[in-house]
Amino acid sequence: MSVDSVFVHKMWNDNELSKMVKGGVPFPMLSDGGGKVGTMYGVYDDESGVETRGRFIIDPDGKVQGYEVLTPPVGRNVSETFRQVQAFQLVRESKGTQATPSGWKPGKMTLKPSPDLVGKVWEVWKTDMAFD
Amino acid sequence: MPKDFQPGCAKPVEDSQSGKTQDAAAQAVQEKPLSSAREVSMIKVGKKAPNFTAPAYFQGKFVTVELNEYLGKWVLLCFYPGDFTFV
Repeated sequence: MSVDSVFVHKMWNDNELSKMVKGGVPFPMLSDGGGKVGTMYGVYDDESGVETRGRFIIDPDGKVQGYEVLTPPVGRNVSETFRQVQAFQLVRESKGTQATPSGWKPGKMTLKPSPDLVGKVWEVWKTDMAFD
Repeated sequence: MPKDFQPGCAKPVEDSQSGKTQDAAAQAVQEKPLSSAREVSMIKVGKKAPNFTAPAYFQGKFVTVELNEYLGKWVLLCFYPGDFTFV
């Protein structure tokens, strides 16, 4: 979503993005002229009249589970976004009985918060697991 | 004469820095008027995402998208400064 019109979205897709991604952009490119939606989400910058690089993860109940907002010159990390979605999906499927420690990726161990685990995380989870 | 400018990763818009060449009265007007000092608050995680309806371009067609139509699915909502902004 940006403040550009749908006509400009079409030109960008047809003339550039479709040359990067076969078949063009596979999801709707939304137009937010005037920044009304961006204002609701806190990412519209009044002074420049555009939106910053905000990314929101919304769950099946319509709740915001996380977001990240960057200034214009730095692009996002899509893999990290997918990792976060996978983590939120796991937590949701476990009905909140599992939590994903720092550096978690699919296949890595999760933690099951309980009275017995208080003060004992150091026994089962090591700091190098945050970095591999 | 129009002057060249270097495009950055934000959509090019009027630069408020160029007020330097204006006289003091014009500059004072340019300083944020109270009326535009709208409070911008960030939304909260764990709370409902505000619903909206917006026009969109989607695979050759112009369509209307409403966030609530995606209830039951995971949604990634991404904002960016403008089409053709490089990154």
